[in-house]
Amino acid sequence: MFKRNLQNKLAAALAVVTLGFSLIAPVKADEAADKGYEIAARSDRSDLGFTSSEVTAVMTLTNSAGNTSTREMYFKTLEKENEEVGDKSLTVFETPRDVQGTALLSHAKILEADDQWLYLPALKRVKRISSTNKSGPFVGSEFAFEDFTSTELNKYDYKFIGEDEFDGMKVDVVERFPRYENSGYVRQIALVDQEVFQVRKIDFYDRKNSLLKTLTLKDYREYEGGVWRAHELEMVNHQTGKSTTLSYGDYSFKTGLQDNDFVKGVLKRIR
Amino acid sequence: MTNSVLSKTPIVAALLALSSPAATAGEWDVSGSVGTELRTFFEKGTQPGQLDTFQPSLLLEGDVRWQSDNRQWDVVLVPYARLDGKDGQRTHADMREAYVRWTGDEWTVRAGLAKIFWGVTESRHLVDIINQSDSVEDIDDEDKLGQPMVEVSTIRDWGQLTAYVMPRFRKRTFAGADGRLRAPFLVENDLTRFDEGRDDDEDVDFALRYSHYFGDWDVGLSFFRGADREPRLVFDGTRGLLAPYYDDITQVGVDLQYTKEAWLWKFEGIVRDTPFQTFAAAVGGVEYTFYGVTDAGADLGVLVEFQYDGRSSDPLLAPQTIADNDIFIGTRLALNDAEDTDFLGGIVVDVEDGSMSGLVESSRRFGANWVGEIEGRFFMNTDADNLLYGFRRDSHVMLRLTRYF
Repeated sequence: MFKRNLQNKLAAALAVVTLGFSLIAPVKADEAADKGYEIAARSDRSDLGFTSSEVTAVMTLTNSAGNTSTREMYFKTLEKENEEVGDKSLTVFETPRDVQGTALLSHAKILEADDQWLYLPALKRVKRISSTNKSGPFVGSEFAFEDFTSTELNKYDYKFIGEDEFDGMKVDVVERFPRYENSGYVRQIALVDQEVFQVRKIDFYDRKNSLLKTLTLKDYREYEGGVWRAHELEMVNHQTGKSTTLSYGDYSFKTGLQDNDFVKGVLKRIR
Repeated sequence: MTNSVLSKTPIVAALLALSSPAATAGEWDVSGSVGTELRTFFEKGTQPGQLDTFQPSLLLEGDVRWQSDNRQWDVVLVPYARLDGKDGQRTHADMREAYVRWTGDEWTVRAGLAKIFWGVTESRHLVDIINQSDSVEDIDDEDKLGQPMVEVSTIRDWGQLTAYVMPRFRKRTFAGADGRLRAPFLVENDLTRFDEGRDDDEDVDFALRYSHYFGDWDVGLSFFRGADREPRLVFDGTRGLLAPYYDDITQVGVDLQYTKEAWLWKFEGIVRDTPFQTFAAAVGGVEYTFYGVTDAGADLGVLVEFQYDGRSSDPLLAPQTIADNDIFIGTRLALNDAEDTDFLGGIVVDVEDGSMSGLVESSRRFGANWVGEIEGRFFMNTDADNLLYGFRRDSHVMLRLTRYF
C-alpha cells in the first residue's frame, strides 16, 4: 500500500520537476537539496554527543526457502563529533563458534576509503583489508558493508522529495545519493519521522536503478541525553527473496572507550 | 619432553589467579571442538614402514576463558590434542595457550604460554619467529606450539611496542617412522643440540616488536635474539638418524603492507646472523581482489609472491628451506554466503630446478556448529637436489569434519 503511495508521489514529483524544468528547476533543485540535507543533518545530529556505545546483537539470516541461520556479535563505537571525520567501530563475532573472536576494526572516512583491519583468531593474525568492497555482503547477510560503515551525514548528497505517512507517523521523504566511490547503490530513499527525526525506512536502488532492498528500522528507544536507537533492523532483498534481521540488546553509552581501544593492536587481545 | 612445559609456571599462575577472591565473580566462557580427519595418500611412501594410503586422526581442542568484572584480568587455557591412527609421533598434546593477562590503559602484561603471529605475506611466514612450528600437524608452518613467555606491551599514539622474554625453548615436532611427509632419515629429538653443542637450552630468548600504520601503510619491525626455531638437521652416521641443532641467532625483520583500493602490496624481509653466516631472506608480492564477481557477491582474489633466501645450501651450515628462489601463484574465491564457503588454490615453483608443490583448500559451515574442510597437497616435478624430493610420493587429500561446542 505504502509503496504504491510513495511511487505515485515520486512519479508526481518527477513530473513536476520535469515539466517545470526550464523555468524554475535550478532554484527548486537547490531548495530540495538544502531541505534534504537539513532533514538528514537534523536526524544525524539528534544523537550528537553519544561519545561511545557498546551493544550486542543477534543477526538472523533467512534464505528464499525460509531456512535461517544466526550469528551473535557485539559492536563498540567511538563517536567523532567532527562531521568531516568518521566514527571508529569494532565488530566482534561470538557465534557461529568456528568464527568466534573474528573481528573487524573500521576507521570510517567521509569520502576516502575507510581503514579496515580483520582479525583471524585461529592464526592470531591481524590483516589490513581493502575497503573497496563496499557493496559486498557482510558475513553472508543482506546487509552490505556500506550499510554499516556509510552512515555519516556527508557521505551523501540529498534531495527532499516530500512528506508522507508511515506506520502512523508523519515522515519526510528524502532521496540520498552516495558521494563515495564503489557504492552498490545509485540512490536511496529514506523516510525520517517528523517527531524525533529518526530514519524509519530506506529503499536501496542498485546501479541499474532497480529496487534492490528495503531496510525497516523498528523498536526505537530513547536513551539518556535524547539519543535514539532502533533495536530491530530488517533488511529484505526484493531481488533474491532473502532477508536479514538484526536484533540489538540494550545499548550502553559513554563506556569510557577511547581512541586506544580502536587501534589494530587491541584486535589481538580479543581471542 | 614437550609436556614438561605444560605443567610449570602458567598453570600455577592460572591457579593462583583463579583462587583469588576476584575469581568468584567475573565471566566464564567455555568452548571447544572435536574433529575427525582422514588423509589419503595416492602413492606408497619412499621409505619402508611408512604408512600406506589412509591416515585417520582425532582432534580435540578446549577453550576456557575467564575475565574479571572490571575487564582488567584474563585467564585463558587452550589445550589441544591429536590422536593419530598411524603415526605415534603425530599423536601428541600441547597447551596452545595458557596465560594470565593484565590489561591497563596503556600497558598489557601477559605471562604463560601464548601464540604470536607477525607478518603479512601468504606463501611464507618469514618474520614470524616466536612460536615453534608443530610440523606433525602440517608442513605449512601455520600450526604452532605454545611458547612460554612474559610479554609486556604498550599501545601509544605512535604505535604498539611489545617486548617478549622467553625462558623455555620448544623443540620442533617431527613425523615418526610410520609417518609421511618426512625426510628419508628420521629426526630424533633426543639428539637435539643447542649452541656450543649443549643438549639443553639454558639461554633466555628475547624479542622486541613495533607495529603501527601510517595512512595506507602498515609497518612492523622486529628483533629476535635466541635459539633459532628452525633446526639444522645433522646426520648422525652411527645411528642413521638426523639430530636437530638449534643455533643461537640474532634476527631483525621488517614487514610492510600497502593497501590501495583492491590492491594489497606485501613484503617481509629478514637478516639473520648465525654462528656460521649472516644472510638475508625476503618474500614479497601482491594480492588483487575482484569484488562481486557473481550476483550473490562472491570475491575472487589473485596472489603472486616471490620468495628469496640467501642462506647456505649446506645443511651443516644452515637449516634448509624450500623457499630459496621460488614463485607462488594463488587464487582465493570467497562466496560470502551464510556458510562462509571458500576455495583456495596455489602453486609454488622453484625458479632454478622447477620443483613444484601445489595446494587446494576448501571449507564451509554446515548448520550452526559443523565445519567441513577438504585440502589437497601435491608435489610435482621434484628435483633430486630439492628438499621436496623427500615428499615426492606424499601427495595427498585430507578431509576434516569439525564439531564446535
